[in-house]
Amino acid sequence: MAGTGTAGAPAALAAPRGTDAGGDAVVFEDVCLAFDEKVILDHVTFTLPRGTMKIILGASGAGKSTILRIILGLLKPDSGRVEVFGQRVDGMSEAQLMAVRAHVGMVFQEGALFDSLSVRENVGYRLFEETRRPIAEVDARVAEVLGYVGLDDFGDRMPSELSGGQRRRVAIARAMTSRPELLLYDEPTTGLDPITALTVDDEAVKLRDLEGVTSIMVTHQLRDAFYIATNRAVRDGQRVRFDPLPDDEPGSTLFLMLKNGRVAFEGSAPELRRTRDPYLRAFLS
Amino acid sequence: MIGRVVERIKAGLLEVQEYMRMLGQVVRGVVSRPLYARDIVEQFDAIGLGSLTVVLLTGTFTGMVLALQSGLTLDQFGARSMVGRLVSASMVKELGPVLTALMVTGRVGSGIAAELGSMMVTDQIAALRALGTDPIRKLVVPRVIAGTLMVPVLTVIADGVGMIGADIISRTQLKVAGSVYWNNVVAGLYMQDVWMGLIKPFILGFVLVTIGCHVGMRTKGGTQGVGRATTNAVVAGSVAVLVVDFLVTKVLIALMY
Repeated sequence: MAGTGTAGAPAALAAPRGTDAGGDAVVFEDVCLAFDEKVILDHVTFTLPRGTMKIILGASGAGKSTILRIILGLLKPDSGRVEVFGQRVDGMSEAQLMAVRAHVGMVFQEGALFDSLSVRENVGYRLFEETRRPIAEVDARVAEVLGYVGLDDFGDRMPSELSGGQRRRVAIARAMTSRPELLLYDEPTTGLDPITALTVDDEAVKLRDLEGVTSIMVTHQLRDAFYIATNRAVRDGQRVRFDPLPDDEPGSTLFLMLKNGRVAFEGSAPELRRTRDPYLRAFLS
Repeated sequence: MIGRVVERIKAGLLEVQEYMRMLGQVVRGVVSRPLYARDIVEQFDAIGLGSLTVVLLTGTFTGMVLALQSGLTLDQFGARSMVGRLVSASMVKELGPVLTALMVTGRVGSGIAAELGSMMVTDQIAALRALGTDPIRKLVVPRVIAGTLMVPVLTVIADGVGMIGADIISRTQLKVAGSVYWNNVVAGLYMQDVWMGLIKPFILGFVLVTIGCHVGMRTKGGTQGVGRATTNAVVAGSVAVLVVDFLVTKVLIALMY
């Protein structure tokens, strides 16, 4: 649905991907959130330019997933300013947020696939339920994205019949079906073995480099985070190749480290590797 | 100690506030688009057809035991032949609506709370919102519409099979002729009784389904939370059915009799 816009969608959201190079996809400005006495986010500030990726690292409970939920409007911050594609979302009503969400996809922890729907219905959910597109057109798009994540023959299976890695890939396929301009990954590789996690990492790299999707990934899997930040996908005829970036090249992916609800570090993979901050060194070791 | 009581009162008031807010969203969801027609039909099947067996069994055995007990009491006055009056009035006005609502609470209310609760704790509700779907319209409105309309249908069926069950006992155990029994069934019912028996199930159906949905949508705390939600839905739903039945009966008596 990228570029087509949604009825009533703000004009800024309707800009086709890649053409509006100037804008930031996400702006977080002095955002605070606390549940009762527990401070989750403490004056968090960062920006995410279009076409780039940010990997948010941090210990469990550091507020990583909360950031994604605030971007999507599933949670409201106590204070601060949150913009998505130039639209301030922190004060939007649920109905207004629907227009923003049409341009954002989210891959939830464990996939959050709908148990009662088949893989095909899960992947095409947004197009089947929330648009009036012809079934044949939706089926074609579902087949396309399932092929993209390497699950062409899995359309008729139920989520309970899939392995952990397949579920995450279906979740990625579901999030990308409507061609979102911004993809949010909430710990997509947690609990997966390294080989399966790599297939999920490859999908994220492909979407970033080949589709130009702006993205934020929350994880505490350092191996996956560095793989995504230091590799790029290149189309090689019908195949896709993954090439490592030179050691000193920052790439289009930046890291953001949270510590006790605050931003403790923001920079590229080489900068993170060179850091002398004791907390970061302990986290990376 | 006082602090804990205050906290409990606050938590109770918060639940009532959230319940009322959900009711407002349900009303808006019923009168405006989008309406998920396929989900509504699915819920008619799940709540209506799915509850048919338990309602048939409950209605039949309630009618049978009512005939047995009434027969004993009426014998004291030499009025065994009047058993049809007692059965019809009791079934249509009170036992049919309340027992059907209680059985549907046990089967459907708990199922709704468990289903929505597990969707909450596995982030499926958040995924729905992320995909641009309002969970109230997609999940709650179809269940409320189906529950509100199907509980009255199930109640009429329970009333019917209850009276048939009582007829069997009247003939075989009490030795009351079928024609006498059915004449008394008709004679024992007034139009107000029929209205009361038809109005109450709409309200009870609405109450039990909305409570199941509310409890399900407020589930927290993983699989343990789902278990708690299921229990809470049955307990709160059953108590609410009995309380609301009393209040509605009082209002209807004041208005119609």
